[in-house]
Amino acid sequence: MPARETIYARIVDLIGPLNKKAVPLTEDTSFSNDLEMDSLTVMDLVANIEDEWDIVLPLNMLPELETIGQVADAVAKLAK
Amino acid sequence: MIDLLDKFDAIAGERQAYLDAGGRDPVGVVMSKVLSPTRAIINGRETILMGTYNYMGMTFDPDVIAASEAAVRDFGAGTTGSRSLNGTYTSHRECENALRDFYGTKHAMVFSTGYQANLGVVSTLAGRGDYVILDADSHASIYDGCAMGNADIVRFRHNSVEDLDKRLGRLPPEAGKLVILEGVYSMLGDIAPLAEMVAVAKRHGAMILVDEAHAMGFFGDHGRGVTEAAGVEADVDFIIGTFSKSVGTVGGFCVSNHPKFEALRLVCRPYVFTASLPPSVVASSAVSIRKLMHDTAKRARLWDSTRAMHAGLKARGFTLGTTTAESAIIAVIMPDQMTTLAMWQALLEHGVYVNFARPPATPTGTYLLRCSLCAEHTPEQIAEILAQFDAAATAVGLRLPAAA
Repeated sequence: MPARETIYARIVDLIGPLNKKAVPLTEDTSFSNDLEMDSLTVMDLVANIEDEWDIVLPLNMLPELETIGQVADAVAKLAK
Repeated sequence: MIDLLDKFDAIAGERQAYLDAGGRDPVGVVMSKVLSPTRAIINGRETILMGTYNYMGMTFDPDVIAASEAAVRDFGAGTTGSRSLNGTYTSHRECENALRDFYGTKHAMVFSTGYQANLGVVSTLAGRGDYVILDADSHASIYDGCAMGNADIVRFRHNSVEDLDKRLGRLPPEAGKLVILEGVYSMLGDIAPLAEMVAVAKRHGAMILVDEAHAMGFFGDHGRGVTEAAGVEADVDFIIGTFSKSVGTVGGFCVSNHPKFEALRLVCRPYVFTASLPPSVVASSAVSIRKLMHDTAKRARLWDSTRAMHAGLKARGFTLGTTTAESAIIAVIMPDQMTTLAMWQALLEHGVYVNFARPPATPTGTYLLRCSLCAEHTPEQIAEILAQFDAAATAVGLRLPAAA
């Protein structure tokens, strides 16, 4: 199982190309409020995260994953 | 008190700024008179309609109109009730019989709109512990059906057989799975590689639903859709469709051969808890569906017009959503929102109505003018529309690359 900090770092990498306004990325950075990602961009990111760790991150789970830290926690639970 | 509408200020402000600058509202077009399936009066001007879903031109078919007139006379203006209570008339049964004959299926269930058909079937079929696997570019009604249900929702990249395979492979083998595909995708007018996708879904033990809203009447020898054209009807469990496109009326439906299908009439909330379609609508729909079964000449005319329009726009250097004419929808890709609006308005001022489309209806960053062909468009109308596309591009300063 990959370490939580490794997962967090890689998620930050994946967000990079989608971070058009160069918002500083932290554990508490919010996808909708800080990064202002539209739903389609979020879905692209989700697909990339799923492929990176070979996991399923159902769309209906997303409302509970508002910050980068919360996504890292979820991936850490799901990644084998 | 918090004003709950404040959150829409940004989008309302953007619209108002555009209107204040003299722009016409692309969602506020009013047709004061409809002259035929391809002509209407808009803003006092006779306009060629290139942005309706009247693919087969059935809205003015004399038999369709006669059936509607007779039904409203004999059964009144509305049913005032749900299909489950007082809302089933003989014309509803006749309409479902017409659908069964059209698709060659054992079962057919009519909904009040196509949106409700997807909302109802998707949310009812897949429950807690099941998975819905859908194409990223799925219609809003499919996404909304997912949101209304309790299944886990997994999205795959648009039209990617490989991505579908990969995502299905990650799901628990024992879980219930529903793969949702569309024959024709409404924004770019591209079609799904159904033969490959259905094979992949079957290999993973999934049930398959195909939305044929934009394909009915036009694809396949009998007009049943891309499912028929791809030769996979036997492997598709459910087909969803609408009356508001090729059929030329309004309503939605699901057809299937599943032996337990009729149970949906008892448990599908958008079917149970809404008023049924007026008798005039189901009666005219039934006639239209039966006529579509045999109208190969119309299908051929529509393909001719679609190919002529696609080739004409391509020859003029416009960027299109598909490299060849894949369906009756031709998407003209624009560089940005303001150019799209300017082109849309220039076309309308010169008597051509097309659709203005932007995100979230389109993929991120994609703005387009969507043309929808009708079997009743004449070669002269196609030539006029192409000439007006040229003129509008010049008027708004759209630089076209060298013609393809």
